[in-house]
Amino acid sequence: MKQKITVAVSGLNNIDSPGPGIPVIRALKESKDFEVRIIGLSYETLEPGLYMHDLVDKSYQIPLPGAGIDSLLERIYYIHEQEKLDVIIPNFDAELANFMKIEPLLKSDLGISMFLPTQEQFDERHKANLYEFGEKHGVDVPFSKMMFSTAEIPTIASEFSYPMVVKGKFYDAYIAYNPEQVANYFNKISAKWGLPIIIQEYVFGSEVNVTALGDGKGNAISAVPMRKLFITDKGKAWAGISLDDEELVNIANRVLSSSKWRGGMELEFIKTAENKYYLLEINPRFPAWVYLAAGCGQNQPEALVKLALGQAVEPYKEYDIGKMFIRYSFDMIVDLKEFEQISTIGEL
Amino acid sequence: MKIKKNVAISESGFIFNPTTGDSFSTNPIGLEIIRMLKEEKSKDEIRKSILGKYITDESTFEKDYYDFVMMLQSNQVADDSE
Repeated sequence: MKQKITVAVSGLNNIDSPGPGIPVIRALKESKDFEVRIIGLSYETLEPGLYMHDLVDKSYQIPLPGAGIDSLLERIYYIHEQEKLDVIIPNFDAELANFMKIEPLLKSDLGISMFLPTQEQFDERHKANLYEFGEKHGVDVPFSKMMFSTAEIPTIASEFSYPMVVKGKFYDAYIAYNPEQVANYFNKISAKWGLPIIIQEYVFGSEVNVTALGDGKGNAISAVPMRKLFITDKGKAWAGISLDDEELVNIANRVLSSSKWRGGMELEFIKTAENKYYLLEINPRFPAWVYLAAGCGQNQPEALVKLALGQAVEPYKEYDIGKMFIRYSFDMIVDLKEFEQISTIGEL
Repeated sequence: MKIKKNVAISESGFIFNPTTGDSFSTNPIGLEIIRMLKEEKSKDEIRKSILGKYITDESTFEKDYYDFVMMLQSNQVADDSE
């Protein structure tokens, strides 16, 4: 008999740059051990997940991360009164800091469980600190430096060779082939995401990613590697395939163990022609393609819920190799009444 | 020349390299050569088999075989261990 639980999930923006919410929900709905009622947490009224009633049982708007933890707490208390939440799975980088801060309070006051990385883990895997993270945990990371002004370009250029990668602290990355392009991308990215800008050594190869789950005690519960087969103009995987790559899985497991990572994560690597792996980025939550892991036999969202509830989880040993995912877009027909309801009372 | 152990080859000539995620299609003669490579047959044995079965000459075989195995190597389907 399945255990009945209520799980709140954010990241319902299932668009061309999709959030992980809907894939996480699909994986939870396929759980062998839980019968899950899903509460959607949304920021925008046009997040498609709000209207996917076969997956999301009820939705609530929550305040944007910039509003701070007091208004978030107030809203969660309200939602909990209505729904009696057991677990919350936040799926956006930008909201994680707030949820990490309120995690102990939600547990002690309301009995709501989460399974998030610690503040220290969250900070040390940050793009600006990734090179040091790699040195600490024995993973190759392309050499990178922070830049705060275009006046630093001549100095920086002497430490790198062209092309180099110009990256924002949260999102966006461009390849620059000369100082003018570095300045151009610096201005473009800093206007959108602020400072610092990260300059990273360019490594040529194919991009391979891993979706993974750590139990916070140094055990790697799951790691499934994937190569993107079709990439959108936003750099997102529109199709991908699970790989038989023992070394990549070993590197991911080493990162999970060495950092004692707590929760889901995505590791993004470049694999060179010499079969060397360079870690480009760590996302501190499941990726939007996490449903592939469930499709390969490692239901990471289900395992995360078990960990959050304090249940024992044995590390997965195997996964299906050569399983593909292919995304598609789908037009839903939505009654204006529903849009009105979420727009005015913030619930649907 | 050895076909990598984990490379999957179907009856239809579809080849999947699970380490890189790449997939390819080959024609029946390519499939025949890959199978012989998988059985660790030498180049001489493969030459004899192809020349015995198909109307072609030795220099055409040499050229096409070289092109084919280079393609297998560059796509990491085979190792150059011979």
